[in-house]
Amino acid sequence: MTSLLTVEDLSIEFRTRSGTVRAIEHAGFQVHPGETLAMVGESGSGKSVTCLAIMGILDAAGRVTSGRIAFRGRDLLHEREACLREIRGRDIAMIFQNPRTALNPIRTAGQQIADVLIQHAGLTPGAARQRAVEMLGQVRIPDPERRARAYPFELSGGMCQRVMIAMALSCQPALLIADEPTTGLDVTTQAVIMELIDEIARTERTATLLITHDLALASEHADRIAVMHAGHVVETAPTQELLVKPRHPYTQSLIAATPGPAAALADLAAIPGSLPDLRREDLPSCRYSERCGRHDKACDAPLSPRLLADNHSVACRHPL
Amino acid sequence: MREFFRQARYVVAENPVTGVAFALFLVFVVVALFGPALAPHSPLASNTAEALHPPDAQHWFGTDQLGRDVFSRIVVATRLDLGIAAGAVALAFVFGTGMGLAAGFFGGWADRIIGRLTDTIMAFPLFVLAMGIVAAMGNTVTNIIYATAIINLPLYARLARAEANIRRDAGYVEAARLAGNSEIRIVVAHILPNIMPLMVVQASLTLGYAILNAAGLSFIGLGVRPPTAEWGIMVAEGASSIVSGEWWEALFPGLALMLAVFCFNLLGDGLRDVIDPRNRT
Repeated sequence: MTSLLTVEDLSIEFRTRSGTVRAIEHAGFQVHPGETLAMVGESGSGKSVTCLAIMGILDAAGRVTSGRIAFRGRDLLHEREACLREIRGRDIAMIFQNPRTALNPIRTAGQQIADVLIQHAGLTPGAARQRAVEMLGQVRIPDPERRARAYPFELSGGMCQRVMIAMALSCQPALLIADEPTTGLDVTTQAVIMELIDEIARTERTATLLITHDLALASEHADRIAVMHAGHVVETAPTQELLVKPRHPYTQSLIAATPGPAAALADLAAIPGSLPDLRREDLPSCRYSERCGRHDKACDAPLSPRLLADNHSVACRHPL
Repeated sequence: MREFFRQARYVVAENPVTGVAFALFLVFVVVALFGPALAPHSPLASNTAEALHPPDAQHWFGTDQLGRDVFSRIVVATRLDLGIAAGAVALAFVFGTGMGLAAGFFGGWADRIIGRLTDTIMAFPLFVLAMGIVAAMGNTVTNIIYATAIINLPLYARLARAEANIRRDAGYVEAARLAGNSEIRIVVAHILPNIMPLMVVQASLTLGYAILNAAGLSFIGLGVRPPTAEWGIMVAEGASSIVSGEWWEALFPGLALMLAVFCFNLLGDGLRDVIDPRNRT
């Protein structure tokens, strides 16, 4: 299967006053047309930075030091800014974790959706407004005609996220990047929003890159999962396989730390230690080694992900 | 537009003082537009036989040392005073806001250059700076407008800079960027409308200040030249006769000035309520 988005050997550094942060190192993954890939990892593991790099809007302090990001065969890292602007919003769309702040407070929901349509689909303002109302209906906002005239502060958080989704999907993008789309919402709204993303992605054949720290959420909605730790993609596998047969010690600990319906709270195992300081000069080649029970001398040798089986790769000297 | 009027009506109903300010503003605008037609006497025709005549039915606000009708002069002067203020504020608004947006949003060199420029202007006592500019460039109406605009510039630039800077990393700016908007478009279509309510309030407040400044320049003889009807000159001319009991020549133009400043200050608050959609509940 040819992939829609291929990230290869991506490394990103941030120059800061207190040293160079090697935020992403040799990361690689693929997103196939129509599938949902979940990227799971704790805070600071580099999930969002990877997204920003794909969209080409890294902070000025950030620098891509190696790698390739190919979208439909085009190398996004070497594309002209004008071309990237075309792709953003039209071919790759993104929704964020805080929908309230991501909407312009003084423009109505309808106007903001129409803006995207005017810019990318070349619609006239009248047609764009019409289509914006249809989009609001499609994300199941009741009374879309009236809601299109509402300002963000007049809408609930879940409603704002639906507007964001409507905006993101208005141009029928090939890839939707959802960066923690439900973190700011309450649990019941979370489920509804995720189902909505699922359903629209299925009917529109949109591929989804779901960024989350919630393994349970990822396991429910993703076809495949890529686990990130401290800027490394440590394991990539189809969801079922990853959950049943994790090969990387970190993945295993992550699963053990995820509350399930049956497990008592006391049974949850916290992962010892925390992410290593990414500014350190002497970062071990396996960045999990200092938290890992299986660590030995062999772990210090340079490491690259190995393909264990079809579709299942892991970056570990001593896989489970 | 219809929504705007509905909103305006709501704001006035909520806060009657705003209604007074709006009404006063309308009066000033009408007088400024049709002043010469409304004045009962010629503002320039002198009649020494009737010099320093106290207010009566013939001359509502009395006459000055040359026997000119004070009421007519105040009415006719409205256009000049408001015109200078409006011109100066428009210039300061456009350039100040533009500079502030550039400095606040893009930062870096733009911020440094614009920041130092406004600091330089602010380093002078503003009225003295205006005096200096007019004295150096010659006292014509155009130069008074430029001088008033320059001393107002930092107020706009600083406010716009601060507000644009806060919003630079706002979620919706990031979202707009991700939706494929260029940096310029983000500034014009997303940042500017968001800081507009604040800028409009600022404009209304500085309008009052600009009127005072223009009148002040004329008062000390650096502004518009006599015999032109202008509130500042009229106060200056009338000041000498207050001691001898002829209070009307200075009082009425002073009142006109006070009313104008009062009106624009109140208007600022009212306008913010009308423009900012967050108040529409």
